[in-house]
Amino acid sequence: MTTKLFGEPVRRREDARLITGRGRYLDDLGADALAVAFVRSPHAHARIRDIDVSAALDVEGLVAIYTWEDLPGALAEPLPLLIPHPALTHGRTAYPLAREIVRHVGEPVVMVVARDRYLAEDACSLIRVDYEMRKPVVGVEEAAEAVHLVHEDVPGNVGAHLVQEVPSADGRSAREAIEAAPHTLAFRLDVERSACMPLEGKGVYARWDADDQSLRVYSSTQSSTSVRMAIAAKLGLPLPKVEVIAPDVGGGFGVKIVHPWPEEVLIPWAARLLGREVKWTEDRREHFVSSSHERGQVQYVRVGFDDDGRVLGLDVNILHDHGAYTPYGIIVPIITATQLLGPYKIGAYRVEFSSIYTNTVQVTPYRGAGRPQGVFCMERTMDKIAAHLGLDRTEVRAANLIQPDEFPYDQGMIFQDGRPLIYDSGNYPEALRMLKELIGWDSFPEMKAAAAAEGRTIGIGLACYVEGTGVGPYEGGHVQVTSDGRVHVSTGLTSQGQGHETVFAQIAATELGVPIEKVSVVTGDTRRFGYAVGTFASRAAVMSGNAIALACRKVREKALRIAADALEADPRDLEITDGVVHVAGTPSASIPLATVAVLSNPLRYAFDEEAQRATQFAGGPSSMDRPPVEEGTEPGLEGRDYYSPIRSTFACGMHAAIVETDPLTAEIEILRYAVVHDCGRLINPMIVEGQIHGGVAQGVGGALYEKMAYDEHGQLLNASFMDFLMPYATEVPRIETAHLETPSPLNPLGIKGAGEAGVIPVSAVIAAAIEDAEGIPIDRMPISPSDLHHLRLETG
Amino acid sequence: MNHPITLTVNGVLREATVPARRLLSDCLRHDLGLTGTHVGCEHGVCGACTVLLDGEPVRSCLMFAVTADGHEITTVEGLAAADGTLSPVQRGFAECHGLQCGFCTPGFLCTVTAFLRENAAPTDEEVVEAISGNLCRCTGYQNIIKAVHRAAEIQAETQGGEAGR
Amino acid sequence: MKPSPFEYHAPADLDEALDVLARVGPDGGKVLAGGQSLIPLLNMRLAAPAHLVDVNRVAGLDTVEAGPGGVRVGALARHAAVERSLPAAAVQPLLGQALRLVAHPVIRNRGTVVGSLVHADPSAELPAVLALLGGSVRLAHRGGERDVAAAEFFTGPMESDTAPGELAVSAFFPALPPRSGTAFHEVARRHGDYAMAGVAAAVTLDEDLRVTAARVACVSVGPVPMVVDVTAACGGSPVAAGGTGPDWDAAAAAVRDRIEPEDDIHATADYRRHLTGVLAVRALRGAADGAAADGVAAARAAGEGER
Repeated sequence: MTTKLFGEPVRRREDARLITGRGRYLDDLGADALAVAFVRSPHAHARIRDIDVSAALDVEGLVAIYTWEDLPGALAEPLPLLIPHPALTHGRTAYPLAREIVRHVGEPVVMVVARDRYLAEDACSLIRVDYEMRKPVVGVEEAAEAVHLVHEDVPGNVGAHLVQEVPSADGRSAREAIEAAPHTLAFRLDVERSACMPLEGKGVYARWDADDQSLRVYSSTQSSTSVRMAIAAKLGLPLPKVEVIAPDVGGGFGVKIVHPWPEEVLIPWAARLLGREVKWTEDRREHFVSSSHERGQVQYVRVGFDDDGRVLGLDVNILHDHGAYTPYGIIVPIITATQLLGPYKIGAYRVEFSSIYTNTVQVTPYRGAGRPQGVFCMERTMDKIAAHLGLDRTEVRAANLIQPDEFPYDQGMIFQDGRPLIYDSGNYPEALRMLKELIGWDSFPEMKAAAAAEGRTIGIGLACYVEGTGVGPYEGGHVQVTSDGRVHVSTGLTSQGQGHETVFAQIAATELGVPIEKVSVVTGDTRRFGYAVGTFASRAAVMSGNAIALACRKVREKALRIAADALEADPRDLEITDGVVHVAGTPSASIPLATVAVLSNPLRYAFDEEAQRATQFAGGPSSMDRPPVEEGTEPGLEGRDYYSPIRSTFACGMHAAIVETDPLTAEIEILRYAVVHDCGRLINPMIVEGQIHGGVAQGVGGALYEKMAYDEHGQLLNASFMDFLMPYATEVPRIETAHLETPSPLNPLGIKGAGEAGVIPVSAVIAAAIEDAEGIPIDRMPISPSDLHHLRLETG
Repeated sequence: MNHPITLTVNGVLREATVPARRLLSDCLRHDLGLTGTHVGCEHGVCGACTVLLDGEPVRSCLMFAVTADGHEITTVEGLAAADGTLSPVQRGFAECHGLQCGFCTPGFLCTVTAFLRENAAPTDEEVVEAISGNLCRCTGYQNIIKAVHRAAEIQAETQGGEAGR
Repeated sequence: MKPSPFEYHAPADLDEALDVLARVGPDGGKVLAGGQSLIPLLNMRLAAPAHLVDVNRVAGLDTVEAGPGGVRVGALARHAAVERSLPAAAVQPLLGQALRLVAHPVIRNRGTVVGSLVHADPSAELPAVLALLGGSVRLAHRGGERDVAAAEFFTGPMESDTAPGELAVSAFFPALPPRSGTAFHEVARRHGDYAMAGVAAAVTLDEDLRVTAARVACVSVGPVPMVVDVTAACGGSPVAAGGTGPDWDAAAAAVRDRIEPEDDIHATADYRRHLTGVLAVRALRGAADGAAADGVAAARAAGEGER
């Protein structure tokens, strides 16, 4: 059957344009637009004494130079704090252009508009900014000591402080449970900073239509609807006069969910002020120092457990490095604190975090969003328990797993969406069994011995995680069948390579019973759909997928009603196959969906042959005592619906790896990498696998290669692809995958998110495998050959 | 000072007048409107801007347009046949899900096109080496490697067909 | 990341190139050949020369000439061309061994061997090769030219003995005597990155497979390629399968003592020193094995000649 496409590895519909150079990314638009470049702070912490632009004024092609003093009204205020939280007592955000103080290298100070980017950079290089240096605060532990402050009015550099306690079933606190436990361990863990680093940086292109007094903005964003609202608010424009479109976006991974970036309000403002098209395309160096980073945390862990390795009490204290500002609130440490629990039943849990300001680039979610750190913490803990008790590491995990008959499972905490942390479904023991089989866990000791006999050092490790996906509040879908039989689907959230045009078309084709070729999908265009949240938190398929399915069901219901009228049949006897509505079992009694679309819209004017069938003199079964558009209905064969879940749905995954370490050079090679993944029902297994592959590769980067190397002055020493080491094909192992499908009971399609999954446990897995190979505790990631060499020397 | 230059791009003679410092990548994208060539780092590491210069893959961000004066250039827009038939490499990438966001893809396609011309039946190791100078942040390279092998197969099939004619 | 403006010169022949360089060299004029190291610096505005002399149109500079004495590589010979040259590989295999480690294939299509030498990055492979082999760079200026030996050519990190107005027109990589072998081993963070440490080795054996000459050149562990003669440290034992053989560990210790590594974000000085020692053993052993095989081949060739 051609129309049952849900679950099939349908080839991507995006690819035809992307492999022929016909994609339209931000910088591909606006060929005649003026270009923008910024003078950015070269210092981590300083007061601006003076800005002298005089030398730049003679630059050929210069159009305008702006500083904070030029910004009017709301634009001169700090950018919004997007996600407030009661624990974020000292949230601080930046101004679009620095006002008096700069707090990290890269903060925008002066905006230059010129005929092209070369000339804009020429002008930037001639602008002199006089800075009075202040003491930079670098490193989260140094910042916590608060010898110097990042914000004068934030004591202790503490932006937020939150404690969550989940007592044991018998009412004991975590600390009491640990005290009473037969075994206890205490240790410290470190996770370095990394960054999303999409291959396309950010970018904004704005056109002001003076005749229409309206603004059209293109932004390489993960949330066009919200950018639109932010622009309207900051520029004082009526919302209907602002449209925002996310064109083809060259990767996001989280950084493009933050909004409005300074440039997202400054470029439209300049376009309106100048009456010219204006575009800013972020270059790579800007992206390193003026977008966002993530991951940096120090964790202090205490755990108490019994002889079987069951965790009786867990007490984690996290220092979270938030960088200079908190525009995205404290979502990242909240996710770390809550998702740390993974697939386990922990006796009693206490987690405390302090979110600390430093004079570095701000921290906002990067794929995984705090989970890699949480999983690193929990899985290192599991391995340490196993080592302490002399148990197999999988046995310790098995002893703590939530069992299949225990769902829904309430972890007793509040999740990032402000709702209870209740897992909806899963089969963790089965996932663990599958993983052990896939990697050959039980036969590894022989493999290790054989390698040792050849003088080789190998080790195996695993890690498990649970990921809350599909967070609310909602997404919507709109589906319209036009009289040519085509199906036009739109949803407000955006796409950055996830294949939404394909998977949403699969859902629509399956729900409506039409060939996928008839379906087209538009995402991230506020002209088509104005209400949306955005693409993050592995939510697009769950949220928009279900919303589109629900919208399709409305369309289907209406189509069957109209067709039943035309066919003089009972709607309950009708089916839609290959775009034709027919009576089940009687294929001759049928009407094409295209014709149903025609009939759905009573016409006065016939402009083609099809339309003639819908005019008032076309006859037909409708009764003369009923209005052409009956009460409670609307013209047109279209439907709009929203999906708003009560809670997130929880996906799960377990990864294992075998690594080899060179006994002399300390080089680390991943020999095998295995993934067992459960994201409920698969819409398109090919695309889900692709998401996992990409996530694992980013995880490998975070485990072995990527860090943000700040010196004590707050200078980022590796702000280039030369020195920020993203993996090439030569650094990523072959990834073996297996799927388990435990449907979510929470949504109509039974699906769970998959976007972030791959990256989450990788550092924990690699650390475990290296630890197994070397017999040295690995408590800090990433780890380089140089690091491993020194660990060997220290442990002698 | 501006310099008049003539390039043969995708088989078409193109003229432009550019400042000496105009990077070839910017000339292709902004002077000639061929925006399929993407710019990911402008320091020669990511490979997104890779084009074929006289048939050999080079970084267009590490070359001035004036240096390319008089040379032949192939960009991603020129890989398919004139009638729109996709090249074996393009087909391989589409069939194997060798791209996600698609931003790095033009550089991979150009690099692989030249590689398969020299090595029609590569091993896994040779494929990895051939694409080792191109960064992709989405795919984890798994399906790109598959796509290159698939492209080699398609190339062998289609060339076999042509030889038979 | 766009370059500053500069005045562009595209000489068509060597004389014109040297004329232009004589004029603009003292004014900060820079030579553009492959541009794979220079243009990133220009794009980041870390360098902003007033003049750029693009020598890519100068005829006759793209030569790779292999003779019995060695290989002469012209200023416009790309890495890839030298890597593919079978005559060059036959005369001096170390060139190919090193070039395979230089960045990535696409960069090697454009980058030039001579440009890499003039750039004089102490982390780069080719300066180490030239230094190890005792080669030289030929510098032309209006009205003359001079050959500068590798030992004098590399004067500091990213500094070579090239005067304003001079154009490096070629470099000469000498052949090694019979019964010689070479190897290049390095460890980089990622494949194709500049090495954290790397060692090029050349070993020559006598008829009894005893080491008569053994030298290494190390990258990324000093201001210039660090050349160490370890002949004495190798001792008198012949290269032999399964036997004790030359004392490579003593040679490595001598190397570790001589180098001057520093910390950076990718590796500590201590690790680089350790790693250089490990790689020295591997490179010397590989070179010695090559030398032994070369000796066998030479002996066989000699035998065939006698018949």
